[in-house]
Parts: sequence; structure tokens; C-alpha cells
Amino acid sequence: MTSISKVNRRDFFKTTTAGAAGLMLGFALPEKNLLQAQFPTPPVFKPSAFIHISKDETVTFIIPKAEMGQGPLTSLSQILAEELDVDWAKVRTQFAPVDPALYGFQGVVGSMSIRTLYTPLRQVGAKGRAMLVEAAAQQWGVPAAQLRTENGFVINLSNNVKLSYGSLSEAADKLPIPASAPLKDPKQFKLIGKSVKRVDSRAKSTGRQNFGIDVKRPGMVYAVLARCPVFGGKVGSFDASKTKAVPGVKDVVQISNGVAVIADSTWSAMQGRKVLDVKWDEGPNANQSTAAITRMFSELVAKPADKIARKEGDATTALASAGTKMEAVYEAPFQSHAPMEPMNCTAHVRADGCDVWAPTQMQTPSRDLAAQVSGLRPEQVEIHSQFMGGGFGRRGTVDYVAEVVEIAKAVKVPVKLTWSREDDMQHDFYRPAAMVKFAASLDTSGMPAAMEVKVATPPFGFARNGLPGTAVAGLDDIEYKIPNLLVAYQGGEAGIPVTYWRAPGASQNTFFMESFIDELAAAAKKDPLEYRRAMLKDSPRLLAALNLAAEKANWGKAPAGRFQGIGLINNIGSYTAMIAEVSVTSGKLKLHKLTCAIDCGQVVNPLILQQQVEGGAVYGLTAALKGAITIEKGRAVQSNFHEYDMLRITEMPVIETHIVPSSAAPGGGGEASTPPVAPAIANAIFAATGKRLRKLPIRDADLA
Amino acid sequence: MASIKFTLNGKPQTVDAVPEMPLLWVLRDTLNMTGTKFGCGIAMCGACTVHIDGDAVRSCITQIKNVAGKTITTIEGLSVDGSHPVQQAWVEQDVPQCGYCQSGQIMSAASLLSKKTQPTDSDIDEAMRGNICRCGTYGHIRSAIHRAADLKGGKA
Repeated sequence: MTSISKVNRRDFFKTTTAGAAGLMLGFALPEKNLLQAQFPTPPVFKPSAFIHISKDETVTFIIPKAEMGQGPLTSLSQILAEELDVDWAKVRTQFAPVDPALYGFQGVVGSMSIRTLYTPLRQVGAKGRAMLVEAAAQQWGVPAAQLRTENGFVINLSNNVKLSYGSLSEAADKLPIPASAPLKDPKQFKLIGKSVKRVDSRAKSTGRQNFGIDVKRPGMVYAVLARCPVFGGKVGSFDASKTKAVPGVKDVVQISNGVAVIADSTWSAMQGRKVLDVKWDEGPNANQSTAAITRMFSELVAKPADKIARKEGDATTALASAGTKMEAVYEAPFQSHAPMEPMNCTAHVRADGCDVWAPTQMQTPSRDLAAQVSGLRPEQVEIHSQFMGGGFGRRGTVDYVAEVVEIAKAVKVPVKLTWSREDDMQHDFYRPAAMVKFAASLDTSGMPAAMEVKVATPPFGFARNGLPGTAVAGLDDIEYKIPNLLVAYQGGEAGIPVTYWRAPGASQNTFFMESFIDELAAAAKKDPLEYRRAMLKDSPRLLAALNLAAEKANWGKAPAGRFQGIGLINNIGSYTAMIAEVSVTSGKLKLHKLTCAIDCGQVVNPLILQQQVEGGAVYGLTAALKGAITIEKGRAVQSNFHEYDMLRITEMPVIETHIVPSSAAPGGGGEASTPPVAPAIANAIFAATGKRLRKLPIRDADLA
Repeated sequence: MASIKFTLNGKPQTVDAVPEMPLLWVLRDTLNMTGTKFGCGIAMCGACTVHIDGDAVRSCITQIKNVAGKTITTIEGLSVDGSHPVQQAWVEQDVPQCGYCQSGQIMSAASLLSKKTQPTDSDIDEAMRGNICRCGTYGHIRSAIHRAADLKGGKA
């Protein structure tokens, strides 16, 4: 985020009030889709680009982040409302336009929303409050120090006379923005740290919440796109004669990524695509397969350590010299994101501008990409952020934005591109398949004296130390104290599109690491909890999370027939431990309970944190226990939920979330609980059966 | 094209459509009722669930010609003001995260409660196993269904 303090009020007018001025005066805002409603009265008070206060006391917060279920409309508003000191019932929210000058980079990745905006938004709220107090001070002719605020009023301490924020908004608007303003003492918090109800629950419980896929514009047409089934392939030639005979089909246009069928409904476009005859140029990946990728990974991890991600001591020498030696190879497959709302986007490209209604985690890059594809300047592109039916990292890659803008440029009217579930699953950018080879030696007390970790996986994500850091996340950043540690990235490009997937890198790597740690504990004949504790003496926050989880799960005292396993992670600025409780009967796994403890610093909304911890765990459960995306002939084999199932309510365990009280800077919440799920379950299965599972997903057949 | 008549959310409705078009797309694209969601197109996820003559049905595989003369209720018609006990319970218990699957979840839950006033956990499993939630709201869904049963039975 660029400095919010430098925001110029006039910039906000320039960019966003054109459509709001004079709109719907006196419009009684019904308790429906608050987020899509226009301002009830024209905004007149803007201490920054984030706050509008209207004369009718409505407070509208302009939220620069996107909503995919993780709750920033609620939690970021709590932060603003706390410092502004407004009546929460009067708060409305609206997505911000894309404007780098006002909001810096806009996107939702890495559980960053609260982490990056907690302090800046407190400052924005505090400055707004200071301006309202100053306006009241001038009106009453008293020093500002004699005034206090409460619930949307400035109150004169000497006589208890009140002025509402709405009545002060016009005068406050004329005041300069103060360079700084005092923040509340956290002891005074009324909203931060409280389980305030989500602002979007009602709209989402009545069918009134629109998502990207629900966008409709005047004169809009509907499109689907035929893409080459082989990754990296392209259109050779096509015959659209049968397609054009399908009722409702209007047009067929070729774009960079395939052949688009345009129709008067989504279904007609899908019917037209079914009979479209395309000859594909399948490209260099036409023979790629899961078997070939696995062979490549096996060869890569067998080679000496390549690119070094982390080096402590001299693991190679220590491994050659020490006593008990352990080796293991772990594997995880490609995984699809499969958000419930398939990819989609709507665009209207004109000679002088372009509107894009985008359900996207990447608002700024969506704008820039739309500009590039349409041939317009970024300022000519308006991104209308849409609610997302899940993102999980998939909507951080905006190929679908480029596709629809290219189609819109050809058809010249508003067009909505909808992906089928098959499109979504077979043209995803997947969680990368990975293989890790561990070698370790134990000292005389059974603790690891040395560990070597070699990772083969397609390169992706942020660069770090000259290698793809995301690929080794969860391995090179472990908190365990191991005197000789070497983590190396071995390569693994496979020609299959990959990207961030809830807790990228860590979601599979933590399964590998935490399972192997469990192997070492078993080899040393030590309790897995005590073994970890011994290596976390210098990591108080992770240790405290582990201890809390162990206490709440009654570690070591599982009911008869049930067994426990541990997984833990430090990621996204948070510290998380999970204990799974399972039983295995006649080769069938039953997951009874997950007990999770998290230290994510100052919590803004415990309710939303609990939702995120449960949701993150369920996301990890599906990857641990359900499907895999496999590759044959360069294409994804699985096409829909009948071949790639999701965890369902019948398999839902009890999930307990316990929060470690903390006033540290906020960490993330959305990706904390996903990584430790798979190892906690696999380690519990080991406790139950003595079987060490080194390959995901875990199937009942592996337990027999 | 065919002209098909049915009852939609308590009112008579006539649509001109290709007879094979699924009810889902008639609702969404023809009638602009987008509360019913597209998730998979093969009745594997439940996002498109509506009631036909009181039963929870996947509208993505229900051809429009087959609903002629029938009574259809969508999430928009479950209540005019969000006051159906299931909806009340959903809001009270903050079930939705992304919210995309919740229309379908609510329609399945409402159908269950219309048949069983006090469903057990296994009744809930049976009625709700066809509805996927990728955000993992299943625990909240289960408790909200129990709560809705209480609300419906007159318990505060």
C-alpha cells in the first residue's frame, strides 16, 4: 500500500463521484444488497478516499480490497469505524475503484488485507474523527480538547450538547487533513476484537447478493470459449458452420486463447460450442503425463542439492558422519482450486474506454491487462470489482479478464464470458505437484543433528534467494532448531500451468515436513508433541500455539480407539498448530475432530477468524482426502465434481478454533489452517495403524 | 422454441424457450433471476437447487419443458423479506463466507425442514450431502439447520 496519508481529497472527486452526485436523494436504503446500493445522499465529507459521511448520518466506507468470502468488507470497516467512532448500524460499504494513486496496489493475496491495512486504516479513521471534532470546536467556539466523540456524535464535555457527524460533515469537509491524529488505546476498543456480524450475511442468505457471474448489462451477449485441451496448445483451424446453425448463436470469433461462441444465452453458447469443429495445434506438451512428471521429479530429487534455499551448518558432512540415518520421499499431486463460482468476466470495450465487471483477486493487474488487450490506456479502463464465489488463489491469475476483453473488442457490445465447470477444472492454474526427498540423522538423544531437503516442483511464485521462494515455502522457513539444515530447490518445470493455491507452497510442503518430523520422533521413540517442543524452545509464539492446541485437544488422552496427530506451521505472520483425532476401523478412516490453535496477533473479528480457520481446514481436508488432478496426453483428466470430489457435510469433522490472546501486529487468517491439516491426519493415522503415508491424497486403500 | 407455462414463486409465468434449455439458464438468463447459481451443470454440487412441487431439485439438469404446469420456488421466492426460518438462522449464525453456494444450501435445508420438523444429524447429512461448500461452512450449516427447526417450531 502506498502512503494513505498523502491522499488528496480532490483526487477522490475526480475519480469516483461522477456517478454518485445527486443520486437518489432521500432513497431509503432497504436492508438488502447494501453493497451495491448507491450512496443514499451525495457524499460531502471525505477525510480520505476511504470515508464518506452523508448528511443523513450514513457512513460509507470505500474498501480497496476484494471480497471472496474472507470478510474484508466487514473487518476493514470495523477498523475504520473504531477510530472514526461511528454508529456501526450506520455503516455501509462499497468497493473502491482501481486507482493506484489513491489505494496503491489493489489485490487480495497472501492473507494481506488486515496485515497491510490495520494501522493505515486506523490512522485514516482517526484523522476523520479529528476533522469532525475540529468542525464542532469551530462551530461552538470552544477548544477541541473540550470535546469527545461517541457513536457518530461530537459531544461538548462542559454541557453535554451534541452535534451529529452528518450535521458536521459539510464543515469538516472544508478543513485540512491533519498530518496526524491520536489513535485509540486498544483498551477502549468497541469494535476491533469483537465478533461483529458480517455485513454481507443477509444478502448472501436471500439470493440477493450478486456475483461476477450474475452481471447483466443492457444489450449484453453471452460467450463461452473453446480452449485447446492440451496445455500450451493453440487453435489450428476451425469450422463453425454447425455452431452457427444452433438456435440463439449469434457469432463465432477466434481470439488468442481459443474460439469464442457468442449467443443470446449462456446455454445457447454452450450448445454452439458442443458442435464447434476445431483442429488444435497441441504444441510441445502433447505427450506430457503424470507418470512422466513423477519420473522427472524422482530424477531431480536424486541429484545433489541444486539451488540452496537455506543453509545452516553443514548438513552434507553431518549426514555422512552421524548415527541413525533416516530417508524418505514424499509426493503430492496437482490440485484444482475449484471455487464454487466458475471463472467468468463481463466487459464492454469502446473506442474511448473499457468497462470490466471482474470477480478478481487482482484488481490493479486486471485493469492493466484489460488496457493492454484493448489497446487503451489504464486510465481508460474501469474495473468494477465483483463479489467472488471463492478465489483461493485462482482468481489471482486473470487470464479470463484478458479473454473477455479480447472478445468484447471483437463484438463491440457488452459480453459476459462464462466458464463451464469443465473449463474451470481443466484450464486451471493448479497447485503444483511436488516431490520432496528428505535425509536426516539423529544425535544420541534422538534429536535431528542434520537434515537435507530436496524439492522438485514446477517453479512458481515469488523469487527469493535466486529461486522460486514459494516453491520451498513451509520448508526453508521452519522454526525448528536443527543445527545442520540444507533446503534445496531442484527444479521441475512440467509445462502445466500452476499458481498460488490457498497457502501456496506451504499447503503441500507442510505435509512433507511435518510428516517427516513425525517419522524422526517415532525413530527416536519420543512423543511427537515433546519432540516438537524440544525444537521450538526459541520460537515462543509457535510453541504457545502448539501448547494450547495440545491442551484443548487433551493430547495423549484420546478416547479409546481414537488416535491423534500433530501438524503446525508459521506462515502469513501467524503461528498455527492443529491436532487431528481419527479412528481407523477395518481399513476405513474416520476423522472425528480437528483442534486448531492460532496466534495471529491482534484479532479484528474473532467470528471471521473462526470462519477462516474452519474454511482453511476444510480446504486442506479436501486436498488431503479427496481428489487429485492427473495429466494424460498433456491435458487434465478430471473434468467435474464426479471425478474430482470435494469434502461434503457427511465427512465434516468437529473443528475447534482456539485463539492465542495477542496484541502483536495482526497476522493473516485465511491461509493459516490449510497446511497443518494433511500432516495432522497422516500422523494420526500412523499413530492408529503404524502406516506411514507419504503420498497425497490419502485413500482408504492405503490403510488396509 | 416453445411456450411453457408454470408457477414461479407464487405467480403464473410463461416463457418462450428452447424446450431442452435447463430451468437454471431460463431463470438466470431469460428471467434475470440470478439467485439460483451455476456450479457444475451435472447435478453434482447443488448450487442450482430450487423447489419443484415442494421437492429440492437441481435446476441445471431439469429441462424447461419438464416443468410445464409445475410449481417452482427459487431462493427469491422462499420469502419476500428473508424471514424464512432457514434464512433467519443463516443470518443469525453467520453461515455464509463467499456465499455462492448458499442459495442452494438454503433451498435444500428448507425442503428438509418442510418434511422433517426436527431433523437429526443424519437427516441433515442425507439432505445436504449433494450441496458442496468450498469455503467449508458445513459446521455452521448444520447448527443453523437445527436452529431453523427451533425457530420454525416457535422456539425463540
